[in-house]
Amino acid sequence: MSAPTTNTTTLIPGPSDDLIGSGQEGGLAEQFRGWVSRVRQGEMGALPAIAGFLVLAILFSFLSPTFLTERNFANFLTQAAELVLLAMALVFVILLGEIDLSAGVTGGLTMSIWVVLVDVTHVQWFLALLIAFAAGLAVGSFIGFFVAKVGIPSFVVTLGLFLGFQGLELLIIGKGGSYQVQTPQILAIMNNNLPVWAGWLILAIAVVLSLGMSFWDRSRRTAAQVPNGPLTLVWIKAGAILVVGGILVFLLNQDRSASIIAIQGVPIVVPIVLAVLLIGTFVLDRTKFGRYVYAVGGNAEAARRSGVNVVLIRFMVFVICSFLAVGSGLFTVARVGIVDATTGKDIVLSGVAAAVVGGVSLFGGRGKLVHAAVGALVIAVITNGLGLLNLPAGLNNVIAGGVLVLAATIDALSRLRSGGNLLRR
Amino acid sequence: MPWHGPSSPFQQGKDSPMDTPIIELTGVTKSFGPVNVLRGIEFRAYPGKVTALVGDNGAGKSTLIKGLAGVQPYDGGEVRFDGEAVTLSHPRDAARLGIEIVYQDLALCDNLDIVQNMFLGREEMVAGTFDEGRMERQSSEVLRSLNVRTVKSVRQKVSSLSGGQRQTVAIARAVLKKAKVVILDEPTAALGVAQTEQVLNLVQRLASQGVAVVIISHNLSDVFKVADYISVLYLGTMVAEVPTVETTYDDVVGYITGSKTYVPSGASA
Repeated sequence: MSAPTTNTTTLIPGPSDDLIGSGQEGGLAEQFRGWVSRVRQGEMGALPAIAGFLVLAILFSFLSPTFLTERNFANFLTQAAELVLLAMALVFVILLGEIDLSAGVTGGLTMSIWVVLVDVTHVQWFLALLIAFAAGLAVGSFIGFFVAKVGIPSFVVTLGLFLGFQGLELLIIGKGGSYQVQTPQILAIMNNNLPVWAGWLILAIAVVLSLGMSFWDRSRRTAAQVPNGPLTLVWIKAGAILVVGGILVFLLNQDRSASIIAIQGVPIVVPIVLAVLLIGTFVLDRTKFGRYVYAVGGNAEAARRSGVNVVLIRFMVFVICSFLAVGSGLFTVARVGIVDATTGKDIVLSGVAAAVVGGVSLFGGRGKLVHAAVGALVIAVITNGLGLLNLPAGLNNVIAGGVLVLAATIDALSRLRSGGNLLRR
Repeated sequence: MPWHGPSSPFQQGKDSPMDTPIIELTGVTKSFGPVNVLRGIEFRAYPGKVTALVGDNGAGKSTLIKGLAGVQPYDGGEVRFDGEAVTLSHPRDAARLGIEIVYQDLALCDNLDIVQNMFLGREEMVAGTFDEGRMERQSSEVLRSLNVRTVKSVRQKVSSLSGGQRQTVAIARAVLKKAKVVILDEPTAALGVAQTEQVLNLVQRLASQGVAVVIISHNLSDVFKVADYISVLYLGTMVAEVPTVETTYDDVVGYITGSKTYVPSGASA
């Protein structure tokens, strides 16, 4: 319980009739000031991660002549995809203050099942993929049941699965064995690109979606007679997507091949990851399920008293996490081209680190999918940059660890400054 | 001090009581194993009035409230709501009747804003997604109707609010859906002087809107400030139900500690 404090906030009269403010009032300048003051109060979101990404990118572009090439950029995106997806998967459980240590090996195990089904039992690849995703749902249900219903800490349940699934992978694949991925459709996810026009089409869809959502929100606010933010902000947002997205699509549409055969276009994996990000964000921000995830993460007892089915929400986040973890495993095997007994073993802690670097709170209740995605890009750019510099592989983890602690420190300090407490706020 | 008065709603056998109670408990019992926590309780709350429920720790206040909330149904006895016998066996039953409880530990989510907290569990939807505009407007209107002046924006996170403001949001949340009975569990326990004043004003404003307010408090000076009636629980029995104007601080302390016995005027006549 917080200590009582005296109240010095003053009333700002509402615009139309006597309404309490909603943070939408005023022009661009006022909105900007409001944003700055929120950042200063510790609501920094992914800002530190974005800054970190830019600093690392600038650093590597000076250190390596190949870092800032179209080819490396495309490589970077495909390398990062599996981590971005896994970090986003973990956000759902981390928002409840839970953890899923088995997310990585869930991807590995389900891909082992998939590859054996395709290569040994000759099941059609897509059917086998459906079975793999169904297995992911089963794993999530298993974790969810033991955490939400039985009440075992998620750390323990998923640690058990982390160990057990490595054993299962070994049993399925066989010691020292590995399977080659021979399904072209799967390999295409990471190795093929969209046609040039499709990249531009996706950009156009993104801009239209941004404008459409903004105007839909505004129309509903107008109908309820509450103030809308400045219209200019809507256009600035859409314009930013157009410009930044335009540059990225333009770069990826350049021929980045070293030979005569052209390699150009947005890698197929990029729109897949973007779609997951968009749908997940929509669910978390605009549906009851998403709101209840935040509520349970913030104060489970309050949520329960408000009629939220806390057990169901706890259960569902593990199902979602494991389901998306299968996708992450799929990206890994599509990129590497083989499945062996250690697939997915090392990635999960990087995923947790990515979420934390991006500003997702391990205590629950705070963070967005896009934060985890940005955090994953930071971790991935370290791997990518150091790989180009031919430095010893151990350095990669050392730097990633340093970035993690640095990010957590920035987060904690910003909270201290806003009068919060280091542990939980 | 015995009380008299033809207008007293507590007088039994009178033809025209001043008000009809919206909630009337008769002979309510509840036991946990061999422990009888409530031993045949009588309790009433009236629309537009503040009824204080006082009693020492372990007297059965929480059990009484949890029964009304439908969280822990009573074992026996009769509950009448607006004159009709009802059963409160689930929180849904209480919610449907318009009985809202504001718990001591507030039950707000720090990481959500005021609007999100007020509508938690009963969001307004359009096409499967939130109608944020409508929720924002209703939150603002409810807070205004309670004459709240200290909240700058309804989109503030609850973590940025003071203790009094949080209590205000919790109460506003309770009355959002036109509650008929609002039960406040120790609403001023953690507050400073100014904020206590603020919350007590809020309690009175709530009653003036026709809501039956039940307030549980250990702070008798607060009780005497806002309550129209005082009901005293002592070891699972309701030992006194008196209009505040007809009793004194010392008497109430006596009833709470069991050192004084309350004699209703009807019985003595």
